[in-house]
Amino acid sequence: MACIEARGLRKSFGTTIALDGINLRVEEGRILGLIGPNGAGKTTALNAIIGLTPYQGELRVLGRDPWTERDQLMRDVCFIADVAVLPRWLRVSQALDYVAGVHPQFNRAKAEAFLARTTIRRTSKVQELSKGMVAQLHLALVMAVDAKLLVLDEPTLGLDILYRKQFYDSLLNDYFDRSRTIVVATHQVEEVEHVLTDLMFINRGRIVFDCSMEEVESRYLEVLVHPEHLASARALRPIHERQVFGRGMLLFDRVDRQQLAALGDVRTPGIADLFVAVIGNQAGETQGAAV
Amino acid sequence: MNTQSRTVPESFESQGIAPAALPATRPLYWSVRRELWENRSIYIAPLAVAAVALFAFSISSIVGIWEKPLRLNPAHSQTPYDLAAGLLMLTGIVVSVFYCLDALSGERRDRSILFWKSLPVSDVTTVLAKASIPLVVLPLLIFAIIVAMHWLMLLVSSAVLLVGGQSVATLWTNFSFFRMSLALFYHLVTAHALWPFPIYCWLLLVSGWARRATFLWAALPLVAIAGVEQIVFHTWHFAVLVGGRLIGNAPAFESTPGDMFPTDPMIHITPGHFLISPGLWIGLVIAAAFLAAAVRLRRYQGPI
Repeated sequence: MACIEARGLRKSFGTTIALDGINLRVEEGRILGLIGPNGAGKTTALNAIIGLTPYQGELRVLGRDPWTERDQLMRDVCFIADVAVLPRWLRVSQALDYVAGVHPQFNRAKAEAFLARTTIRRTSKVQELSKGMVAQLHLALVMAVDAKLLVLDEPTLGLDILYRKQFYDSLLNDYFDRSRTIVVATHQVEEVEHVLTDLMFINRGRIVFDCSMEEVESRYLEVLVHPEHLASARALRPIHERQVFGRGMLLFDRVDRQQLAALGDVRTPGIADLFVAVIGNQAGETQGAAV
Repeated sequence: MNTQSRTVPESFESQGIAPAALPATRPLYWSVRRELWENRSIYIAPLAVAAVALFAFSISSIVGIWEKPLRLNPAHSQTPYDLAAGLLMLTGIVVSVFYCLDALSGERRDRSILFWKSLPVSDVTTVLAKASIPLVVLPLLIFAIIVAMHWLMLLVSSAVLLVGGQSVATLWTNFSFFRMSLALFYHLVTAHALWPFPIYCWLLLVSGWARRATFLWAALPLVAIAGVEQIVFHTWHFAVLVGGRLIGNAPAFESTPGDMFPTDPMIHITPGHFLISPGLWIGLVIAAAFLAAAVRLRRYQGPI
């Protein structure tokens, strides 16, 4: 059963095409990373999913049309944009009161328990909290909601490394239980790397890469090639090549590990390397086409 | 806008997507509370004005013990009460105007609209909650504050009269507190809630539309229409209409010229006349149209 299903999702602002016919299917219980450069259409795609923006094409989230049924959908969907969206005048106690008042799935005791582990005081206003504390507060509110889908758009933007790590740890340990679905858009790939079950790259409004993490691990290998094997390595058609310490680092798709081991040091590529390879190749192709 | 697919997945339906339904009014109630948290001037401003009015009245009454021109006249004691009430009504208008101009633009400016929209509260509920501030909350609040202030003024006058050796009984017999409060309530509901409501809805609509300078965008079209009318027809009908709406010049009373205050015993309330006046209903229809447009705008607009 798909939690999110999109077919031919399009959206343009004036002459700028933000989403150029996206097809996407996210199953229940997955943690999907939506990775893309600035202006790739990540936020637009997420906004369409949570009913903040109208779109063309077909989109169902938890079986609902997000644009026409946003308020009902939000009973089962939680959303964190970035740390700056909690209003500055709001007190912590008021935030708890309000969400408890309007949200049928909110478990106040759970939120209180999470806040008790932080240094956030109930009487503080959001403007008195640090950026990291605001993120903790927002996370406490969201984690206390028994939602089916959690959508995160750059949730840790501007946070220091301790808060960032804590944010994803809390999410994994206290929230994720394999029946929930999480979609996280970010370009800080290192910090979500070990959290994801699925990976999607988006560039210029199109999905250019869509793969489960298991598949990524089994398909892609990176080899730091000995200079004398460079020619034979290139013959295996790497999808990307870059220089590391003056030696060629070649990225291969679906090439036998044994075969590569003979050419140099083999390792599983990081998401960042894969991203650079996929998006970089794309940029090269378009430039080539333009010439 | 978007093509609807007819295939509603079954499992989500059977899982019951609408659990533990809240009463429909609860999100509205909490949305109104949130407006009061955010805009504390809604109650602070009238309370401050009432405190100042009460203070001024007390000073004047106490000085009146020695200064003859200021002395309280237990037989004609109405005027300061009406003046203080008028001051609070004016405060109510000012607060309403500024509240409405910020109501839908503030949440877009500080990006908190993304937080509010991430909760299961519809745009209709949010806009209605905001519209209820000038229509319901402020009139009731102003009424309660005026009544409380009148009580305190009455106590101050009684104390001052006692000290000055004048008759308190005359004051209390001349002063019909209940009738005055009733007339006040009627006046607030008709002239300060229902009659100017289209103006407030217009301000709400502009605050949902304009990216900045909401006051300018709200006032400019009105000034332009009034100006064009003056140039073309040499009349001020539009300006008089809008101004009259705002200050609560409603056909809810039958008054003789000079009777300014609603609590004046000479003024007769005419609720029947008010209820059948086309102005009331045309105004409410226009208000509803503005609100519907504001709801639509809020649905489409994100943070500025």
